[in-house]
Parts: sequence; C-alpha cells; structure tokens
Amino acid sequence: MAYTLKGETGDWEVVIGLEVHAQVVSKSKLFSGASAEFGAEPNTHVSLVDAGMPGMLPVLNAHAVEQAVKSGLGMKAKINRRSVFARKNYFYADMPQGYQISQYDQPIVGEGTIVLDMPDGSTRSIGVERLHLEQDAGKSIHDLHPSKTFIDLNRSGVPLMEIVSKPDLRSPEEAGLYLKKLRSILRYLGTCDGNMEEGSMRCDANVSVRPVGSTELRTRCEIKNVNSVRFVMMAIEHEARRHIEVWESGGKVDQETRLYDPNRDETRSMRSKEMAHDYRYFPDPDLLPLELDEAFIAKIQAGLPELPDDKQQRFMRDYGLSAYDADVLVSERENALYFEDVAKGRDAKIAANWVISNLFGVLNKQGLAIADSPVSAKDLGALLDLLADNTLSGRMAKDVFEAMVETGKTPGVIVEERGLKQVTDTGAIEAAIDQVIASAPDKVAEYRGGKDKLIGWFTGQVMRATQGAASPGVVNDLLKKKLAP
Amino acid sequence: MSLTSFTIAEARTKLRAKEFSAVELTEAYLAAMEQGAGLNAFITTTPEIARERAKAADARLKSGSTAALEGIPLGIKDLFCTEGVLTTAASHILDGFKPRYESTVTAKLRDAGSVMLGKLNLDEFAMGSATITSFYGPTKNPWKARNSNADLVPGGSSGGSAASVAGGLALGATGTDTGGSIRQPAAFAGIVGVKPTYGRCSRWGVVAFASSLDQAGPMTRTVRDSAIMLGVMCGHDPKDSTSANRAVPDFEAALARGVKGLRIGIPKEYRPDGLNAEVSALWDQGMQWLKDAGATPVEISLPHTKYALPTYYIVAPAEASSNLARYDGVRFGLRVPGQSLDEMYSKTRAAGFGAEVKRRVLIGTYVLSAGYYDAYYLKAQKVRALIAKDFDDAFEKVDAILTPTAPSAAFAIGERMDDPVAMYLNDVFTVPASLAGIPGASVPAGLTSTGLPLGLQVLTKRWDEETMFAVCQVLEDAAQFKRLV
Amino acid sequence: MSLDKATVRRIATLARLDVPDSDLEPLANELSSIMGWIEQLQEVDTTSVAPMTGGTDMKLVWRVDEVTDGGKPDDVLANATDSQGAFFTVPKVVE
Ligand SMILES: [Mg+2]
Ligand SMILES: [Zn+2]
Repeated sequence: MAYTLKGETGDWEVVIGLEVHAQVVSKSKLFSGASAEFGAEPNTHVSLVDAGMPGMLPVLNAHAVEQAVKSGLGMKAKINRRSVFARKNYFYADMPQGYQISQYDQPIVGEGTIVLDMPDGSTRSIGVERLHLEQDAGKSIHDLHPSKTFIDLNRSGVPLMEIVSKPDLRSPEEAGLYLKKLRSILRYLGTCDGNMEEGSMRCDANVSVRPVGSTELRTRCEIKNVNSVRFVMMAIEHEARRHIEVWESGGKVDQETRLYDPNRDETRSMRSKEMAHDYRYFPDPDLLPLELDEAFIAKIQAGLPELPDDKQQRFMRDYGLSAYDADVLVSERENALYFEDVAKGRDAKIAANWVISNLFGVLNKQGLAIADSPVSAKDLGALLDLLADNTLSGRMAKDVFEAMVETGKTPGVIVEERGLKQVTDTGAIEAAIDQVIASAPDKVAEYRGGKDKLIGWFTGQVMRATQGAASPGVVNDLLKKKLAP
Repeated sequence: MSLTSFTIAEARTKLRAKEFSAVELTEAYLAAMEQGAGLNAFITTTPEIARERAKAADARLKSGSTAALEGIPLGIKDLFCTEGVLTTAASHILDGFKPRYESTVTAKLRDAGSVMLGKLNLDEFAMGSATITSFYGPTKNPWKARNSNADLVPGGSSGGSAASVAGGLALGATGTDTGGSIRQPAAFAGIVGVKPTYGRCSRWGVVAFASSLDQAGPMTRTVRDSAIMLGVMCGHDPKDSTSANRAVPDFEAALARGVKGLRIGIPKEYRPDGLNAEVSALWDQGMQWLKDAGATPVEISLPHTKYALPTYYIVAPAEASSNLARYDGVRFGLRVPGQSLDEMYSKTRAAGFGAEVKRRVLIGTYVLSAGYYDAYYLKAQKVRALIAKDFDDAFEKVDAILTPTAPSAAFAIGERMDDPVAMYLNDVFTVPASLAGIPGASVPAGLTSTGLPLGLQVLTKRWDEETMFAVCQVLEDAAQFKRLV
Repeated sequence: MSLDKATVRRIATLARLDVPDSDLEPLANELSSIMGWIEQLQEVDTTSVAPMTGGTDMKLVWRVDEVTDGGKPDDVLANATDSQGAFFTVPKVVE
C-alpha cells in the first residue's frame, strides 16, 4: 500500500530526493596533503592550501578518485571517462577560498541504481542521478564567544562524495531504507565509513507533496544536514505535513533551504544560506579535466567485493533464506560474515533464525556492533550443535544462550557447570511416561477415543516429571507409541 | 664602468673570476636603489636579506660554486610570496601579509645563488598596463622623452621590474605575464622580457590573477640574461597541477642557433589602419634584420586577433573574481570590522581593493552570473579556442612570428586613465599569445623620434622557447639598442 | 549590453563589495561601456567549437594519498588579524 498523508482536501503523495554527502575514506585531503582524520586539535590538520593562502594550488588525491569510481561501480552507475572540477563561488566563514571545488555539469559518476528491499518482500529501484567529488568546508563554532564565531579549518578540503538520488522516494520509510542501503554499499566498498554521528555521512532531503494521482512536481524545500536516519524520516514527514497545510490553506510553498530541529520536531527557514544564491560555477582553471582510462576502471571493477545485493541473492539461493532474512543478514558485511561462520556445516535456516532473532536482539538491546558481540560465531555454532544432537532442548538452548551473553563462557562449559544435559535416555523417559499414563486413565481413554490434542497435555506432564530435562522430541515419539490403542 | 652596468652573463664571469665579490655587487645595487628611490620601483627593500645572501654566495663562490645565478642581485615582483617578507600584490588588502612560504620560482632563484634585493612594484594584483593602480603609488619609467620632463609609465603590470632593471636598480627581475605584463613593460623600458609557455614556470606561491593565463618570466637587460634566468625559474612542480612535466632545455645554448632557414610569420591583422608609423617601420626593420640573417618572411593570417582583447576581458576578470574571493579579512591582510560577517567582508573588500580591481571583480562576477554565463564566459572560451587554433594553423607554416610588442611607446603618468578600454588596448599585441598559452618575448629594438624605446615581440609554438631565444638574439645583435644602464 | 544600477548592486553584493549608492550610477555607466565593447564577441561564429577551459592541453595529474602536510597551526594562523587561541574568528554568525 502506497504511503499517503491525509489532508482536509484529500490524500497527498510525498516526493523525496536525497543528497548524501559521504566522506571518502582516505588518509589525506582531496587537494592537499593534510590529514583527513577526524577529531584533531583545531587548525592542525590544515595545509596552507586548505587555508586558502595566496598562491596556493590544489593537487588531486588519486585515491579519492578511485574511491569515487568504486562507489559508482557499486551502484552499477556510469563512470564518466572525462569529468571536470568546477568552482562553486560563495562567501562563507568556514570556506577559505571563497569557493568550493566541486563538480558541476560533468561529474565523475553518472546515473545508477539502488535497490531497496521492502518489509513486505517487494523491491523498489531508486535512481541515482550522479555522484561527484567535492571538498568539505571547515567548521564554525558559535558558542565559544559572545560576539564572535570561531573557525576551525580541520575539515576544510576533506574529500566528500555527493550522491544525489532521483526524486524516486515516496515515503519516509523508503528514504530511511535508501540511506541504510547506500550506507551499506559504501561500507562494503570501504569508500565511506558511514558514521553519521561524526558527520562522515550527512543528508539533505528535498521534499515536495502532490495530490494522489497527480504527476506534477510542486515546489520543493531542501532540508539541510540531517545527521541520522531517524531524523531524516522524521524531518520528511514533518516537512510534508507542513507543505500540505500550506497548500490546503490556499498558500504557496516557497522554495527554500530549511533546517530540521529534532528536539522540537520542526523545520525552519535558513535565511543565511538563501541570500544572493548565484554560485557562478565555472571550470577550475587550477585543475585540468579529469580523464580516466578503461584499464583504470577495469582494475577497480575487478577488485570489487561481493556487494549486499549479490550476497543477498546468494544467501537466498545457497541457504534457502527468505529475501527479508537475507537482506537483514547482509546489511553489514561483518554481520554476513558472522552468519556464514555460524551456518557453515549446519542448518542455515536455523542459524539465520538464531543470528537474527537472538543475537541481533541482544546486540540491539545493548547497542553493540557485531565486532563487540559477547558471543562469538564459533560459540554460537557450538550451541547450535548441542541443539542439533539433542543434547539441549530449544528451551535449554535459549537459557544457555542467555548465560553465554552474560558470562562470555562457551556453551560446553555452561552445560557442564549447570548439569543441563537433556535426558535422552529412553529408559528414564519411559518410566516417567508410564507413570503419567498410569495416573490418568480417563485422559488416556479420551485420547484413544480420538482427542489427539491431548498429546500436548501428556507431553507437558512428562516434561514436568523430568524437570524439563527430557528431550521433547523423544518424549513425543515415545508417548505416541505408548498411547497407541 | 660601475658595478651595476654589467649584464648577468658578465657579472657571472667576473664573480667566478673573483674580479669583485657578490657583497660588493650587492652593495652597489643597494646604493643604486637608494639613489633611484624616486622611481618608486620597490615596495619593500630587503637589504639585510640581500647582504646575508651575498655573503653566503661569496662563500660558495670561494669553494668553486658554479650555480647559475650565484651572487646575482635580483628584484622580485611583489606578486611572488616570499617567506617572512611582506608580500602585497600592491594591494591595501594584503596589509601586513608575511607569508610563511616561498614561491617555487623564487625558491629556485634563491637556491641557484641569487640575491633578493626587494619586492617590486606592480599594478594592484597585476591588473593594469602602466603600474598606476598600485596602492603604493605609480612607478616611474627611468626613460624620459627628449625635451620633456614628464614622468612616463614603465608599462605594467610588471612596471617595478621593468623600471628597476632598466634603471640599474637590479641586475634582473621576475615578472608575471597574464596578458602582456612582462612583454609590454619590457618594451616600454627598453629591456628584454620573456613570457614562457603556460606551464613552464610553477604558479605555486604566486598571488593568482587569472589562473589559466598567469605565467612567471624573467626581465633582464639582454636576451642571454633572460635565457639564464628562465633556465633557473622553470621546471616541473608537483604542487602546481598545470606545471608541465618536461625537461628544461638549455636556453642559453639555443642563443647561437641563428635564424638561417627559419620561416618568420608576419600576421597581417597586427597592422591595423592607424598603426603608429614608427612602430610599423620598426617592425619592417626587424623583419629585414631577420632576412639579412637568413630567415624568410611569410605573410600569415591570425583571423581572430581582433577578438582577443574582448575575450581576455571576460576570461581574466572571471577567473580573478573567483581568485580574489579569498581576500576577506579573516586569515590574512586587512580587516575592516563589521556588525555581521557579510558587512565585514563587504567593508574589508571595498576598502582593500582599488578601483581597477573592483571593476574587474564586478565584470568577472557579472559574466559568470546566472543567465550570462553562456553569452559571455562560455562564448569567450570558445573564441579563445579559435584564437589558439589560429596560432596552431600558423605554426604549420612558420617557425616563429614577429610583431610589435605594443602599439605605442611609454606614455605619461596620468594619461589614458579616464577610459579603461583605451588602457586595455595597450595589450592588443600581447594578449593573443597569452590566450593561446604560447611563449613570447619582447626585445628592445629601437627608439621613437622622441627617444623612447620600442620593442619587437617574438612568438613561437608551445614549448619552443629555444627558437624564440634564437630569433631574439639575432634581433638584439642587429638592433644594437643603447640601454640606459 | 548595458548594466543598470540594480544589476550593479546585485553583482556587488555577490562579490561582497560595499558600493555606496552614489557610486552605482557612474559604475553602471563604466561597466556598461566595457561590456558594450566586449559585445563584439557575439559576431564570432562559434557553432561546434569546443570551449578552451584552461591554459594548457595537458592531462590532470594525481597525487598519492599520503599525509605530507599540516601540523603547523602557527603558520596557518600567523597572518590572521584576530585569531583567538587556535581559531580564526569572524563576527558572530547566526544560523
Ligand atoms: Mg547539496
Ligand atoms: Zn555538496
């Protein structure tokens, strides 16, 4: 069911395009040899080029070019053999040259696609318009002085990829999935670490609305620099509702740049960015056109890792997983590796279930990444082995898993310590069954008379008699035999 | 004969032969600079640095140094950033700016043993043809017309360089040429000026005017001196992406090649109706000298010549408007306080830039602005391509091109100031080569009837400075031009 | 092409040049006369001519991704008119 918002005059559709600024994983800056590392003392990761000193000139970082091409190939996009760096001219306190070196009408990467897996099992293909390289600005700090803004240029010149989607997204949920998928692809490729808190991935959302059924494109607003997936989704919904209100009250939405305030869940106009906005792009005469040859691109193509979409297909094919489960497992490369370690030589579906429902549950609750998981893939695999050979019942395995999370011990040790072995000795179980049967002749008669459902009652009684240590499978088999008329 | 009357080549021999020391030579120049202070050729003199470097050069000469410019006192156009020494670009906006870095070209000159005497006056940000737009006042040409006491302009923008070399205040000087700023002042002051192929000299550390046109070059008393100096100044610099990675030829060796068998192009478009008769006659004389030395004149056509100046006055201001955006009062130079960031910017730039710079920044902003880019900037880039093609076609037929350097001799300070376009016409013969990126040199070749120097310009194809030097040497030998010093 | 006062005001704002109102008119005249002279370019047929974007026909060179610079805040801040600690300063920016 398509996402719509109800207004007073009818239902509205939301049209969303996202511009993502992803920091390129690199040692040095896009056009200088200063470090691109995050979090240094102010103005230390700054060369005189980054500070816009007179006579300083940019020299392009080859690795940033490779990373951009790699990212483009990861989005099955067109790699432009010739691209041009252009100057985007505007004055801002943290932009020392008075222009940003970016790419304008000739970006390094052209059109591509990102496929989203929707929770209902369907997929949505979202068009990528372009990916281009550009430099980041420095940082303005407004709260250190009553009348001054302080400027730190450490980020000035850090390489960014701006990835612009087509206006193909139709709901906050799709926008969220798009961001997660893009992040996943870039992290697989190692071209961006995707860390939204440190600002290595930032998102601008272009939002407009239109009545359901219409194909017009109404005025859009750009919400700048939203720094979490959740906030992007909230900001879009809020902004869409604001537009509907304006249109329905007979007003006109102004095209403008807005800022999202998550504390108040509202967007407001950013007048500072609006003033005299005429960027006067032109090719940067300090840099010549960037030309890529086939061998360069082929080499990067050959070195690409298996990407989430391909991995997902393989998991479905080789392990028989559902599209959704496979999607969940591949979103982070480390998660997929973990799963494959657990699944190796075991029942993959059971492994997937345990990783997704139990392990991810714990990680989510504790806010941990898989790298910091309290349970290793090897130990989880060992637990599944104990389950498979009936040493543990499902119930017991869950208890052991909890103990593993708490103590970090291996399942073997926990089973040993707690004497948790499941009773599979049929003699002991048979004795318990005989006792139950003897003590409830009326129930036996009812069962034999056709009330099959009573098997559950019998099983429960036997399990209780064995204090849960009996293997439910064995109990069930034996009960059926003994109760047979 | 005074110590300041030698050429670089002569001084080089005598220094090596210990006929005089670098300290003695430097002291002679420091004294001449004081005496000639009325020319206002220097913005900053650096006697301490000069004495220190001269002393060090003497020590090296003593141990047999044959570095190309060991002990040679040079003036540096104040567009080159010099470490720890005030660098102004002749602009109020760079008040107090002492770079912590040395331009590649001046570092090469320093490392070749030369002695920096000081920083030479120029048109503000090299924008001008008369050295009258300097914040530090106009420079006077050491030449005066017969029977007149009027102060004449030295040409521009490298007017301080031209005046200092012609007037005996420096043995040689650096210049920069964007549309003729080395060649035209060289002609006005009766010295040699060479603009090499775009990409020969590194632009790193040179205050940028128009990045796709700016080239550094030598200004000297003789052709040989220019060959010596250029050999030191050029060479590949990885810090400048437009610097050519090619070997530096032995320019001095090329001087002896002669012109026998060379085809010399005489472009008919350089002889418009109303061309000054003395200029025209000297041009014919120059061709006759080359013919006498064995060259063949070939009439050629450079059909887009008349569009070169208007093309230049789009391209150069457009690049300048962007290059000068960094002068904003934040990281260096003048700051005029303001209530807001934009007020601070606007006041600082209004106070810091002179009228001609403002004019060009405004034109540049205009031609790049939304709605005008295609009609002006893009159009100019296309016409620029046609102008470059004119030269490519011509060099299919000829080895070098001979033209006048400027349409007139030096004029009085204060003349032609009310009409910017009239001033721009000074560069009508030099601008086409700048747009095409080809090398060009001006050689003093004769005097007007009032006794003022006139120059001839030699152009060759890209990277063929050797032929250019060979032709220049023949002209110099034939002209027997009487220098002031 | 003639520029009116409003255009001069607009480009002066873009270029961050404070121009007093009394200068707008003379500046508009001066720039108009320069632009009028430049207008002759329009007579050149540039159909199917590729623009020349730089001063050279060389190819863009790349630098190896290594940290070779930085770590010298004193040099970076040396010429600043009003640095505070390790920061540059500007009048307070309200976003
Ligand atoms: Mg954007
Ligand atoms: Zn961007």
